[in-house]
Amino acid sequence: MAIKTQPVTVNLGPQHPSTHGVFRLRVMFDGEEIVDVEPVFGYLHRGSEKLAEERTYTQIVTLTDRMDYVSPMLNNQAYMLAVEKLAGIEPTQRGVWLRMIAAELQRIASHLVATGFLLQDLGALGTPLIYAMRERENILDLFEMLCGARITNSYLRPGGVFMDAPTGFWLALDRELVDIVNTLDELEEYLSGNEIVFSRTKGTAVLAPELLINASITGPMLRASGVDWDLRHRNPYDYYDRIEFKRILHTASDNYARYWVRVQEARESVNIIRQCVAQIEPGPVRPSFDDVPRLIRPPKGDAYVAIEGSKGELGFYLVSDGGIAPYRMHVRAPSLINLTLLRDMLIGGLFGDLFVSFGSVDLNMGEVDR
Amino acid sequence: MDPAFLDNSLWRNIYCNLAGDSAGCAAREYSAGMLPTGMEWLAFALAAAAIIGLFVNGVLGGVIVLIWGERRLFGRFQTRTGPNRWGPFGLLTPVADAIKTMFKEDVVPKDADRILFNLAPVMIAAPALLVFSVIPFGVGTYVADLNVGVLFIMAVTSLTTLAVLTAAWSSGNRIAILSAFRSVALLISYEIPMALALVGVIMLAGSMSLGQIIGAQSIPFILVQPLAVFVFFIAAMAEMARAPFDLTEAESELAAGYLNDYASMKFGIFFLAEFMAEISTSAIITVLFLSGWRGWEPVPSHLWFGAKLILVLFVIIWFRMTLPRLRIDQVLKLAWKGLFELTLINIIVTAVLIAIWPEPTTTRLWIMAAVNWPVAIISIWAVSKLLGTSGYDDTEPDSDAPVYPVATEQIPGSAVHISGVTGPDTQARMSSPANSHIEQGGN
Amino acid sequence: MTTPWSGAALAEAIEAFAPGSTEKSHGGDVWLKPEAAFTVCEGLKSRPEFKFDLLSSVTAVDYIDHFEVVYHLTSLPKNASAVLKIRVGLGRTDAVVPSVVPIWRGADYQEREVWDLMGVRFKGHPNHKRIMLWEGFPGHPLRKDYVTYDQSIVASLAPDDGAYAAGSETAVEPGTAGSQPAPGAGAEA
Repeated sequence: MAIKTQPVTVNLGPQHPSTHGVFRLRVMFDGEEIVDVEPVFGYLHRGSEKLAEERTYTQIVTLTDRMDYVSPMLNNQAYMLAVEKLAGIEPTQRGVWLRMIAAELQRIASHLVATGFLLQDLGALGTPLIYAMRERENILDLFEMLCGARITNSYLRPGGVFMDAPTGFWLALDRELVDIVNTLDELEEYLSGNEIVFSRTKGTAVLAPELLINASITGPMLRASGVDWDLRHRNPYDYYDRIEFKRILHTASDNYARYWVRVQEARESVNIIRQCVAQIEPGPVRPSFDDVPRLIRPPKGDAYVAIEGSKGELGFYLVSDGGIAPYRMHVRAPSLINLTLLRDMLIGGLFGDLFVSFGSVDLNMGEVDR
Repeated sequence: MDPAFLDNSLWRNIYCNLAGDSAGCAAREYSAGMLPTGMEWLAFALAAAAIIGLFVNGVLGGVIVLIWGERRLFGRFQTRTGPNRWGPFGLLTPVADAIKTMFKEDVVPKDADRILFNLAPVMIAAPALLVFSVIPFGVGTYVADLNVGVLFIMAVTSLTTLAVLTAAWSSGNRIAILSAFRSVALLISYEIPMALALVGVIMLAGSMSLGQIIGAQSIPFILVQPLAVFVFFIAAMAEMARAPFDLTEAESELAAGYLNDYASMKFGIFFLAEFMAEISTSAIITVLFLSGWRGWEPVPSHLWFGAKLILVLFVIIWFRMTLPRLRIDQVLKLAWKGLFELTLINIIVTAVLIAIWPEPTTTRLWIMAAVNWPVAIISIWAVSKLLGTSGYDDTEPDSDAPVYPVATEQIPGSAVHISGVTGPDTQARMSSPANSHIEQGGN
Repeated sequence: MTTPWSGAALAEAIEAFAPGSTEKSHGGDVWLKPEAAFTVCEGLKSRPEFKFDLLSSVTAVDYIDHFEVVYHLTSLPKNASAVLKIRVGLGRTDAVVPSVVPIWRGADYQEREVWDLMGVRFKGHPNHKRIMLWEGFPGHPLRKDYVTYDQSIVASLAPDDGAYAAGSETAVEPGTAGSQPAPGAGAEA
C-alpha cells in the first residue's frame, strides 16, 4: 500500500538569514527532499546600467563599487580596464601595480567572506565566521589607508589609481600578509580537519565540467571541477604575466571542492601581493593631465574586457559615442550567471544541503541584480 | 512522620522547627517546634512549600547565571568580550533580557489553536523543573530521594517531545510543523541510547536511587564507565537540541522553526526551559558519573557539586560554540547505528564484570575501569569504521581524473584580430605613429 | 593570451559552413542575419575549427533606429574569443532573435534580462519571463526612449513651453511614452 504524501511549498523569502542578500527561493519539498526550486531575484535592482548612461566615465567608478559590494576593487579594475581599452589609455606602472595589490587583497577578503559564511551556514554559530571577518577587517583597514574608504572604495581612475599609498602602508601590508596566512591556516584546519564539515559538504551538489562550461560558469566553481581556466593565466591583464602563481584546481566539483579552491586561491593571492610589492617602482600613480584629460572622451566604438573576479569572469562591455558618458554599459555579472545551475544543484538533495550548496556558489546579490 | 523524610536535612531543618510533636524529630535530637501538637499537617505543608519554593527559585537563579555565563563564554570563544554593558561584567544582562522579553507584545496567530498554544510552554517548562526534585545538590539537600530516581528522570525528560509537537502544531504554521517533525524524530531516537547508557551505572550501584548511586561512587563512574558517559553525553546533547544537533532551531535555515510564532513571555518560557534542561542534564551527569557532591572534606559538598556542575556546563557550551550542525539523516544514523551498539556493548561488559564481582570494592572498581577503557576505545573505533568516516584522505584533487582540454590548440595566425587601439597589455602608446589605425582584418 | 578572431576571418569561416548567414564584418565583429543565427551558433560551438564552448556574454544595445544583440564567445580549447552581433528591430519594430539557450545554457538568465530591460524577444526561450522587474511592469527601462518617472513629471510640469504641457498632444505619461511595449506588455509566459 503506497503512502500518499503531499509536497509542501515553502517560500524562503527575501529576508532570510542565509540567503546572502535579498533573494527569494520558492522551494517545494517532499518530506526532506527538494523537488523543485524557483529562484526569484531583482530585489536589489538599481538600474546601474541605465544610470551609467548619464554619468561620466570617472563617475561610473562609484557605481561599479556598489555592484558586487564585497569586492569593489575588482569591479573597479574590470571597469577601468574596459575604459582604458576603449579610450586607448596607457596606464602608469605604479598605478597598475597598486591596483593589482588592491585587487588581490580584495580577492582574499571576498574569499574570507565566502568561507566564513559557509561555516556559519553549516551551523558553527559564528565562531569561525568571526575569525574570518576579523581578518577582513584588517584588510579593510588597509584599504582605508589606501583610499579613505573601507568598502565603496572608488580607488581607480582611468590610467591608474587616484592616490598613492601612504608611507605606513607598506609596513602594515607586510604585517597583514603574515596575519592573513595564519588565519587561512586556521580556517583550513577547520575545513580539512572536521568530520562534520566533511560529511556535510562532500559529495553534495556535484556538477560535471561540461555542464559548467555550457552554463557559462567561471571562477572557483569551474576550477573546482578540474577545468584550468583562470583569466589571469589565460588572458593576462595588467601585469599578471610578470607574476608567477600556482593554478588551483580540484576535481571533485562538490561543495567541499569549491571551498577548498577559494581558500587556496586566497593563499596564492598572498603570494601575488608579495611579488607585486617586490616589483613596484616609484612613479606617478596616474597619467598627467596632458596625457589623459580628466574628462575623457573615448572615440566611437565598443570594447569588452573581462577579468578574473572573485566570483568568476567579470566583464564590462562599453559602447562609446564620443561623448563624456558611455552610450551603453553592460556588466557581465558572474553571480547572475553562476546561478544558472541552481536547480541542478538543489533538486534531488536534502533540505539540510540547500544553504550549503547555495553558499558554495558564492553569490552577491548586488552583482546579480545590479 | 516517615523517618526517610527526615534524612533530608533541608526538610528536617524546616519541619522539625515547625512541627510540635514528632517522634522522628525527637529521635534526631531536634527540639519541638513552634506549632501546637495537632498541626503536623500544617508543618508538612509549610515545609513542602518552602522547599519547593527554594528549589524552583534556586533553579531559576541558576538559569539566570547560566545565561550570563554562556553569553560571556560565547564571546570569549569568538575572541570578543561578550556582554559587558549592564552591571559589572554584564551581570545584569539576563535581567535586561527578561525585562525586554516581558514587555513585548504577546501575539497569537489567527490560525493557532489557542488552548494548546498557551499550554505548550507549560508542558515544556514543567518537566524541566520536575527533574530537579530528585537531584541532590549536597549532603542531604534534595526534595525527594525516590528509589526509582533514574527512571523518573528518564520518564520526565521524554515529555519534552510532546511539548515540542504541541507547540508546532498549535502554531498552525507549515514551517513550524516541518521543524517539529525533525525535532521529534531526533528526540525519540536519542532517548534509547540515553536510557540504556545508564543501565551500566545502575548495575554498578545496585539501585536506581540517586543517593545510593552517589554512595556507590568511591571512584567516579566516569572512570569505570567511559562508554556510558560518552554515549550519555552525546545523547543528552541531542535531547537538549544543542549543537551539533540543533537542527530544529537552525537559525540560519528555518529561522527558529517550531518556536516561530511564540512571542514575548511564552518564548521566554521556551528559552528558560532550554536552559533548565541544560542545567538538569549537567546535574545528572555530575551525579551519575562524577560522583555528585562527594569530595575531600574541608570543602563543603555543595561547593563540590557546584564546581563539577560548572565543569560539565563548560564542556557543553564549548561543544556548542565550535561544532557545526549535523543534518537530520546523519543525526538519526548516528543514534541508531552508532550509539545504540555502544550501549549494548557497555551493558554486556558491565554485566559480565558485575557477575564476577557483585559488590565491587574500590580496588575492584579500579580493575573494572582498567578493563572498560580499552573496550571503550576499541568499540568506538569499530563503530566509527562501521558508520564510515567521510574520507580524510581524499581532500586533495584526484590526479587521475579526465582533464578538460584548455588552450591545447590555436586559431590560425591569419585569423587573429589586431586591435586598432592599444590597451594595457600592449607596449605601444596611442600616439605612436607605428600603431595608430592599423588596418583591421586578417591577412 | 586569448586570441581574438578578426571579423573578416570569422565571417569567411562562417560562410564556409553556413553560406549567406553573415551581413558584414568590421574590425573584430561579425554581423549575422537573425534567421541564420541559430545554425551559425550551433556550428560555432561544435565544429572543430571553432569550438566556442563558453558563451561569455549576451547583451543588447539600443541604437535608436535598430537594436543590436551582441554575443561574446570564448573557446577554451583554443583560447580564442569572438564577437557576434545581430541587428534587429529595424525602424523600431518588434525585435525577435532566436534563443541560443538550447546551445549554451548560460544564455538563460542573460536573455531574460535582455527581454526585461531592452524588450528584445528570444524565440524558443524555455522561460521567457522578466527577471529583474515584475511581470506587469510597463515598458523596458534600458531603451533610449524610456521616460523615467521623474523625467515624466518634469516634462509635464514645464510651464511656458506649450509642447510639453500636460494635456497637449506631446504630453508624456509616466514610465511609458515613446517606448513600444510589446503587446501584452510584460505578461509574457
